[in-house]
Amino acid sequence: MELEAVKAYLKAYDGPELSIMEVCGSHTAAIAENGIPGLLSPKLSLVSGPGCPVCVTPSAYIDRLTALALEEGVTVVTFGDLLRVPGSSRSLGMAQGEGARVEMVYSPMDVIALAKKEPGRQFVFAAVGFETTTPVYALLVQALTEEGVENVRLLTALKTMPPVIDYLCANGAPVQGFLAPGHVCAVTGSKIFAGLAESYRVPFGVSGFGAEEILIALYGLVKMCESGRAEVRNFYPSVVTEDGNLKAKALVEKYFTETDAAWRGIGRIERSGLVLREEYSRYDAGSLGLDEDQKKNQACCCDRVLMGRMRAQECPLFKTVCSPMNPQGACMVSTEGACFSYYMRGA
Amino acid sequence: MCVALPGKVIELQGADAVVDFNGNQVKARAGLVDVQVGDYVLVHAGCILQKVSTEEAENLNALMDEVGAWS
Amino acid sequence: MEDRIRMVHGSGGSATNELISDLFARAFQSETLDRMEDCAIVAGTERIAVTTDSFVVTPVEFPGGDIGRLSVCGTVNDLLMRGAQPKYLTCGFILQEGTSIEVLRRVAESMAETAREAGVQIVAGDTKVVNGSGEFYINTTGVGIFDGDRSRLDICAAGAKEGDAILVSGNLGDHHAAILSGRMGIKNQIVSDCAPLCDMVERLLAAGIHIHAMRDVTRGGLATVLKELAEAAQKTFTLEQELLPITRQVQDFCGLLGLDPLYMGNEGKLAAILPGEEAERAVSIMREAKYGGNACRIGTVTAEEPGRLLLKTRIGGLRSLDVLMGEGLPRIC
Repeated sequence: MELEAVKAYLKAYDGPELSIMEVCGSHTAAIAENGIPGLLSPKLSLVSGPGCPVCVTPSAYIDRLTALALEEGVTVVTFGDLLRVPGSSRSLGMAQGEGARVEMVYSPMDVIALAKKEPGRQFVFAAVGFETTTPVYALLVQALTEEGVENVRLLTALKTMPPVIDYLCANGAPVQGFLAPGHVCAVTGSKIFAGLAESYRVPFGVSGFGAEEILIALYGLVKMCESGRAEVRNFYPSVVTEDGNLKAKALVEKYFTETDAAWRGIGRIERSGLVLREEYSRYDAGSLGLDEDQKKNQACCCDRVLMGRMRAQECPLFKTVCSPMNPQGACMVSTEGACFSYYMRGA
Repeated sequence: MCVALPGKVIELQGADAVVDFNGNQVKARAGLVDVQVGDYVLVHAGCILQKVSTEEAENLNALMDEVGAWS
Repeated sequence: MEDRIRMVHGSGGSATNELISDLFARAFQSETLDRMEDCAIVAGTERIAVTTDSFVVTPVEFPGGDIGRLSVCGTVNDLLMRGAQPKYLTCGFILQEGTSIEVLRRVAESMAETAREAGVQIVAGDTKVVNGSGEFYINTTGVGIFDGDRSRLDICAAGAKEGDAILVSGNLGDHHAAILSGRMGIKNQIVSDCAPLCDMVERLLAAGIHIHAMRDVTRGGLATVLKELAEAAQKTFTLEQELLPITRQVQDFCGLLGLDPLYMGNEGKLAAILPGEEAERAVSIMREAKYGGNACRIGTVTAEEPGRLLLKTRIGGLRSLDVLMGEGLPRIC
């Protein structure tokens, strides 16, 4: 089937109104960058889900991270995304201005070289992410043990996708289909969503991140909705298989164990996170119990936006008080956040 | 949530592989996948997550034909 | 001379004099500067253009340039964007203790060479030393004149008109990508495009092209620059994604770090808004000019949605672009 036919179908669709949730923040960003909403029939709408790790990390985690960064002899190492996320009083970037030592890296592995160069310093890696990134942290802990590096610890806020989607569905999120996260599935395999598809009678389309790949998966999802198929279909077969990367999954299993986790704006969800196992807890910088989540602004609706209950532009703070330069909630901070994306789209 | 790009393995160095992305070379951990020089791989945060299969493009075509036939 | 800058080099006494005469005066030789007066007295025109900029890039030497070349290009290009002919520069060096004198010498020489290329004279300078760890910063102030045919020029931000074409002088994102590659440990052949655009602007003006608005594409990238121009003129700017000149290498570099090339800075590129009917001629003039080899038309100015910058995407979607928000940091997850 040609792409033009896919586009024509999505533009002309005239069936029942459908809301499709793109769970992954990178999908949110790619959809905005490619101007995909304008290619869809008014009967099709895309809503953003809780798949931007930066957006769902509670304020207590950021507070702990900034406190660590301000400690004498400690350097926090992080991806760029996390620097601007507000804690209860300040972000990591603001703490930098108060003398906190923060290094930005491309790969968690880079922390090993930093740690070896300054053996007298403690390094804390801000380990946020979903199933895609967790294997990278498993490799890091493996390397730390093998190379005997003792001055690196992880502050983890690791989350898993199925429990939060389960939570959304169980709480009646108004969504008729899920654009499933392709790079999560590269690790987990597409079948992790099979149970959810069946229990909630809702289709999942695993998608890549190119514009064409997203259009194809959306087409597949609409067709599944139309024909009443509550299945998981893999529209990203070049990297996703049913079982995923077994080696990666085994390595994650070796170092990490399931735990309840707090999601910014949503609250605690059972068994939706991962922490280092007891025997590797010496690499943990105090990740347990960082559940408290203080809203910077009580009127912030990030929670409802993350749940697919509200569009970013319907929040009373959107564009009035809340903007990318003065974010009130995490969804406005990250370029993957739903509010940021809508803000830039409608500029 | 997960920025990752496909690139080509051009060299193996112990636990690492050098992966090329149109002239950008990144040293990536190869521990999660068995790779060889010439393989196309998906790299996320400095680690190889999965091989990229070029043959699977055909499977997608077959899948699209199947989806297209649904009513 | 010693290897490194010490506090004494900022004392104003003999060590300062030695640094100035041995390093700066030697690199920047000019009749005006050699007099070592308290200020320079120079010839001008009735209207002059003045601008200032500070340069704090790390590392100070990077693929394709250094802070010295950058400090000339940035200021000279700002003068050119309003049609002025860059004529004079002043430079202020703020040196941290520990700065390598060898590096400083190379940077000063590079600065002098770029000034010669751009046809500007460095007529005044200053040096200060502060505590620190061996980095240094440069401020340059530039003066441009409006001579002869240029005396009536008024190229300004609000100048865009309906039917105008939007041109860019070459590949986007090179400078930013070159600097960031080093910091993020990604190896590639990307080099900074930092360059003075005198030849290009001179040729466009000499050919009688009616430039309505012009900006150099620096921090914030093309999207930021064009959004500002669209707002100033209260016009709609629509760009075609397929026409944007971006190399595959820079494209993939951005892909690796979750960055958008539309928000990546250059240091030797300009965006020009000019009448649609002159666009083709302007593109060929730019392509003949130094540093304009990849110049092209990327979009059109219309009036229906004042202040909007739109991008027609490759697959036929429409994306609205705003100025850069935040610092444009790499993202991974």
